[in-house]
Amino acid sequence: MGINWLKYSAPQAFYPLAGKLIPWFSIVAALAIAVGLYIGLLVAPTDFQQGESYRIIFVHVPAAWMSMFLYVVMALWAGFGMGLNARLSFMMAQAIAPTGAMFTFLALLTGAMWGKPTWGAWWVWDARLTSELILLFQYAGVMLLRTSIDDLRRADRASGVFALVGVVNVPIIYFSVKWWNTLHQGASVSMTGGSKMAATMLTAMLLMTFGFWMYSMAVILSRSRCVILEREQLLSWNKSASTPEPVEVR
Amino acid sequence: MYWGSMSEFWAMGGYGLYVWTSYIVTALCLVWEVLALWRRRAAAAAENRGLL
Repeated sequence: MGINWLKYSAPQAFYPLAGKLIPWFSIVAALAIAVGLYIGLLVAPTDFQQGESYRIIFVHVPAAWMSMFLYVVMALWAGFGMGLNARLSFMMAQAIAPTGAMFTFLALLTGAMWGKPTWGAWWVWDARLTSELILLFQYAGVMLLRTSIDDLRRADRASGVFALVGVVNVPIIYFSVKWWNTLHQGASVSMTGGSKMAATMLTAMLLMTFGFWMYSMAVILSRSRCVILEREQLLSWNKSASTPEPVEVR
Repeated sequence: MYWGSMSEFWAMGGYGLYVWTSYIVTALCLVWEVLALWRRRAAAAAENRGLL
């Protein structure tokens, strides 16, 4: 194909591309979440063990999956940034962190909402819960390191190294329900063993996950545009990009 | 459709508080993030205009 993908590694070329993609990701996200909510809340039958409280799964699991997935993607961008010395990579890592932190918070909060009726406790120091809480601290650490260092390049590297080292926690979270005898239930869906859920439940959960993923794409692209504007504001190219847009980038 | 009535739907078999808190807080977070990004972008754009 005649597209030179490498040119989009330059922030000034990436900025209008991201602007064009955001509406599409937003529309797909809204559709997937709407259908997912419809099936999850209105069509799916009740769970024979947990009653209606199980419906929290349709926000809890997608949020938890996104929290881990986004962390890995953030660390990969930071790694690319350090390996290729590409500033857009660090900008992407910077754009991902707040959304990842938000999904981590949501996974913990909806988990508490699910734990109270099923276990009788909002919180227990179980391996799954504890490692997910540590993930929240890791996101906080990545963001705090960035804001506490004035020199942008040093901030990029420090938070990038921190993010990369912290990746070890992601498999720990994922396999915690296997490695330790935890209160948290085992995986309902696994990459190797298929699903233990009814088809309608699984459909709703996968649709919500896809919706959250597309939502993340939209907000991360949107935040990356903010980051580009904030970080490159003294360069002349975005003189045209900041007012109305999308203006041709010369 | 799984539910017999609206009140049954809201009650969520007695788990309404937990289920709806989860959904509402999640929705609020997503909406808040989108609004915050709009504000941030407007501020970044305004700052650029002032500088250039």
